[in-house]
Order: sequence, then structure tokens, then C-alpha cells
Amino acid sequence: MQDNFEWSIENKSTALSTKLKEVWMHRDLLRLMVKKDFITFYKQTLLGPLWYFIQPLFTTLIFMFIFGKIGGFKTDGIPRPVFYMSGIILWNYFADCVTKTATVFKDNADLFGKVYFPRIILPISIVISNLVKFSIQFIFLIIIIGYYVFFHKEHVGINYFIILFPFLILVMAILGLGIGLIISAMTTKYRDLSFLITFGVQILMYTTTVAYPLSSVDKSIQWIVELNPMTSVIETFRYAFLGQATFQWIDLMYSFSFSIFMLSIGVFVFNKVERNFIDTI
Amino acid sequence: MIHQVIKVENLSKRYQIGELGTGNLSWDIERWVAKLRRKPDPFLKIEESIGLVSKNKNDTIWSLKEVSFDLFQGDIVGVIGKNGAGKSTLLKILSKVTSPTKGKISGIGRVASLLEVGTGFHPELTGRENIFLNGAILGMRNKEIKKKFDEIVDFSGIGKYIDTPVKRYSSGMYVRLAFAVAAHLDCEILIIDEVLSVGDIEFQKKCLSKLGDVNKEQGKTILFVSHNMNSIRMLCNKGLILEKGQLTYFGDVQNAIHKYTSSIFSQNISKKYLSFLSNECSYLQLQNVVINNQQSGVICLNDGNNSLNFILEGILSIEKNMSFEFILYDKDLMPLLFYSPGHYEGRVKKYPAGAFSIIENIDLPKNINRGEYTASFYLTEPDIKYHIKYDFAVTINIDGFPTKTGQVFDYNNGKGFLFIP
Repeated sequence: MQDNFEWSIENKSTALSTKLKEVWMHRDLLRLMVKKDFITFYKQTLLGPLWYFIQPLFTTLIFMFIFGKIGGFKTDGIPRPVFYMSGIILWNYFADCVTKTATVFKDNADLFGKVYFPRIILPISIVISNLVKFSIQFIFLIIIIGYYVFFHKEHVGINYFIILFPFLILVMAILGLGIGLIISAMTTKYRDLSFLITFGVQILMYTTTVAYPLSSVDKSIQWIVELNPMTSVIETFRYAFLGQATFQWIDLMYSFSFSIFMLSIGVFVFNKVERNFIDTI
Repeated sequence: MIHQVIKVENLSKRYQIGELGTGNLSWDIERWVAKLRRKPDPFLKIEESIGLVSKNKNDTIWSLKEVSFDLFQGDIVGVIGKNGAGKSTLLKILSKVTSPTKGKISGIGRVASLLEVGTGFHPELTGRENIFLNGAILGMRNKEIKKKFDEIVDFSGIGKYIDTPVKRYSSGMYVRLAFAVAAHLDCEILIIDEVLSVGDIEFQKKCLSKLGDVNKEQGKTILFVSHNMNSIRMLCNKGLILEKGQLTYFGDVQNAIHKYTSSIFSQNISKKYLSFLSNECSYLQLQNVVINNQQSGVICLNDGNNSLNFILEGILSIEKNMSFEFILYDKDLMPLLFYSPGHYEGRVKKYPAGAFSIIENIDLPKNINRGEYTASFYLTEPDIKYHIKYDFAVTINIDGFPTKTGQVFDYNNGKGFLFIP
């Protein structure tokens, strides 16, 4: 009789392979979660989507003033607005993935307390849904680039490296998901950690090349900036779309491996805490 | 052959009350710094630090203790117990929302749980979209939902509103749709918690009979938690009583209900009415409950004077609309009588934040037959929300209606609730 049972519930984590099978079983849920985010986005009032343009625009203006006018940082010869905005929208996508994933337990405590499904479905859906905002901002960037090309006769060195674009998104998604998962697992123990997330993400932003090009960084501290896995993503993006940046395969491979590493740790700790987090929240 | 679908062995669940850490990073760091400087723990109470009170004494509770039982295909089990007896914990573990501390559950077939209707409903989405989303959350594949879509809509009675965002639904429609999805789940084992406490009577009946049908046709196994003994009696063939985390009875449903209700009657006598609060309410706290000048004990009504005087005193932290409700039950917890001025004459008063006191006088019919009854009372905003619930908080002995010949009839003797003169 004992052997006939198909499943069992015990006080131990489910093996990762079983988990993956479960996620596959629930692929429809993943699809519907993303669809839900799309629909709710679509049904928002005008102000919501408008904010998607205003936020990068204003940040760009602030950067132009502080880093451009006051700090006098160079931008590798790229028009300042295009330079800053390209960094900002990439960073936004990554930062959104991290912050939203990090609070996934808190935001969905109600749902998680009522039904079981592989919890990781939600973080994955967040990362996919965030692509909507990213695409909108990306199109906005392209329009601005277009403006500089046609009206200011700026030279934009767009090149074949743009085929790396999907890969860059993948790296950002994996990295954001991985770090977000790790933090989310930690917030189940330390709730006040969530206040530090926004702050931490902001600090990280200044250690990568959102507001300045890698070439302008002093050689002695360049390694710190290069250590940030987002640096090579942003630099590669600028190289591919704008033709000016420091692009190195080795850096990109470092970012990719680092992302995979973070994701592995993230999935591991997430799997550990998801069983019992509902008791502590 | 009927086969076993679930085997529960020594299931235990421990909850930590005092947390291991402080649950707060900055506090933990402070504690760690204090330790480095060999200072006393800044978050330890003085009694604890000098060893007057043992720190580990009471910081864990066993919500479930060594619970074992077997379920067979087609069983419909009513899980009975007071609040905090471990019913919800049991269902949560069975539905994998949380994991057990000890013990094991093994089973065959898909488990679907319905710990609350409408879980994951999104107000902006239409009924149609929510059916798919909710179905997926509950574990259905897309093509299964598609196959059953018409049936679900039919059952819910939502009809043409299916493409309206659910935020525009009434709460009744909302519940009906949510239940319709759940009732059509393709699973072998269904877990249901108190779902039927909402929605109108008509729909509740429909749900109960649907659940019964589901069980008969497909041989589903159902675990059902409810405070309503009638629903349990109508639906279930087995009863499982939990008391303080331990299984005290598992077997025939009639026996289980009888055992449970008699335990309610025996415990009622010594405790204060005030201590029977059966839900949690963040904004309202009762401080005193007086019924016919008594704070505890059996209320005896005699000499044909069947009037009850309730005095409820408490504190509201925010302004609320409140009205009083009272239900009288027999020994089997079958409801017999309902008093609700909020429904009858719309007497719903707005109470400002602060202390309040409510006095209600209920004149029960003089011709109630002799018997032992129990009663629940509630403060409620009629049809919207129950603020506080006092389930089976008071035992009422009624001496009965003296006929002209001097004879008095007994409810328990099959002479009914009322004697018509």
C-alpha cells in the first residue's frame, strides 16, 4: 500500500528537479500572470504609462545637470541625453526586477497563504512583465536617438552587435531575478531589510556606468566599476546602439556567469524559505 | 475496491511565538554588538536576564500534535473544532501552503484547496479572465478550464456579466463565480475551508448539493471545515474533531457532531461570556459582556418570562456602523431563531471611535418548549461585515411554556420548538 502513494508532504525541501517539473506543469499560470499584468497595465489611467516617460526623462535632465554641467564628465562623444537615458532605462529594468522580486513574499502574502503553486512562478512573471515598461522606454530612447540623427545630424554608430541585445536582456533578467530572490529570502527573516533595498540599489547604480562612461573612470579604480555585472551590459548596449563604449567579450562573459551564479544561489535559498515563510509573516 | 487516498502519520506543527531572532536586522545587530561588548542583551526582559523566568518556557506552541488518520476514496470529512484547535493548520499543511514540523502525509491524486474563495481574483479583470487566472492558480491547465468554461459560467449564474470587470460585481456574484471555478476543479481531493459562510442561502444550498454530486459522480474525497453543523451533517459522512491540536475523534459524522456539541455545552458554564470571542478584530475590543445581570454561567429563563437583556461595552478605534445580531440554537447547533434589528428596522447606528455601550432587549417568544439551548451573538454591519462574533457563547435553559393543564413540553422529546396555544 505504502508504495502506491504518488506524493508525500514532509518537513524537507522539495528536490530542485521536482520543482522544475512543477513549474513546467504550471506554465499556464505563468502565462496568465504575465497576461494579467499586461491587462492591468493597459487598463491603467493615463498617468501610469505617462510616468514611464517622465521618470527617465527627468532623471536624464538631472544627470545632464549634475554629471554634465557640474561634474563635467565626458560621455564618449555621445549626445548627453542619449547617453544618460540609455543607461537609465537599462538600470531601471534591472532595478525593478530586483525590488519587485525582493518584496514578492510581502506583496503576495495573502495569495501564498491560501493556495499552493510553485512560488517561483511569481518572480519569473515579474521579470517578464517588467519587459513591458522596458520596451516602452526603449522605444522612447530610439525616438530620441532618431531625433539626434535627423535634426542634429549626429553620427550614431549602430552596428551588428545589436544582435547581442536579447542576450543583454537575458543577463539583466537573470541577474535581477537572482539578486531579488536572495533578498526576498532574507526579508522573510529580517523585515526591515526591505527598507534598505531601494537605498542599496541606488548605491549600486553609482558604481556602474549609468552616469559616466567606463573610459572616464580612473584606471586605478576601474576594476571596481567593472566588478559590477551591470557595467558590461550597459557598455555593450551603448557600443551596439551608439557605437561608443568599452566593449569586451571577457567582461560580458563575466556578467553572464555572475548572473547564473546569483540565480543558482537565489533559487536555492528561495526554495528553502518558501515552505515555511507563511508562518513568519 | 475503495482505495486509500491519504495517509496522515503523526502530523505535528510547531509555531514559534517568540521568534528566534528579533525579526529585525537593526535589533539583531544591536544585540550582536551588545554581546561583543559583553553587555546584557538589550531586548531581554529583566526577569529573563536574571533567570527568574525561563526564556524557552512558552515560546512555542504545538498547533497540531501527533495527528494520524486515513482517508479513503469518496470520504467526505467534516473537520470540527473550536477556533485555534488546529483545523486551519491541518488544511494548510494538506494544501502545501505550509509544511509540517514532524510527520508525513502521503497521498494519491491531485489536491485542490479552497481556503478562501476568490483567491487571486483581480478586480480589474473581467469574470472571464478571472476564471482562467483563478483556475490556473488553483492548479488547472488552460485546456481543462476551456473545456469546463460554459459549465462554470452556467453554475455561477453570472450570465451576461461575464465580460464585466469583477470590481463591479456585488459580493454575492463574486463569491458565486469564485465557488463555481473551484467546484469544477479537476482533482481527486478537495479541501474547503468555511467557503459557504458567505453568499445567500439559495446559493449555499446549490454549493452543498454540487459538492455532494461531485462526490457521488466522481468519487472525490472532500475535507470540509465549517462551524455550521448543519452543513457538515448534510454533506459529510465522517467527522474529525480537533481539540487543542489533537485528534479526539474520527468516525461517523453524527457521533462527531454529538460529541462536539456536548463539549460546547459543558464548557460554556464556567467561562465568562467575554472569553468566547471567535474571530479577530483589530479595531473593536469588547471589555464587558453582561447578559441578564450575569457575566458567566447558564442563563435560566422561567415563569414564561423569556426576555434577554444584553449589555456590551467596549472600545472602537475607528468609527463603525454597528448593529446587534442574535441566533438561538438547539443542542445539535441547529439554528432556531434569529434576532436582528439591523435587518428588521434598519437600526444600524454609527458609533464614533472611543468607548461605547450597547444595550439590547430581546423578547423571545413565551411559548418556547422546555430545553437546553445555546446562542451566538454578533456585532455586525448587516450584510457587509461581521465585526465580532461570539459563537455559542452562552447556554440558555428555558423552562418551557406552561399549558392550562399544567403540562410542559420538552423540545428534546420531539415536541418541537414552539407550543402553539
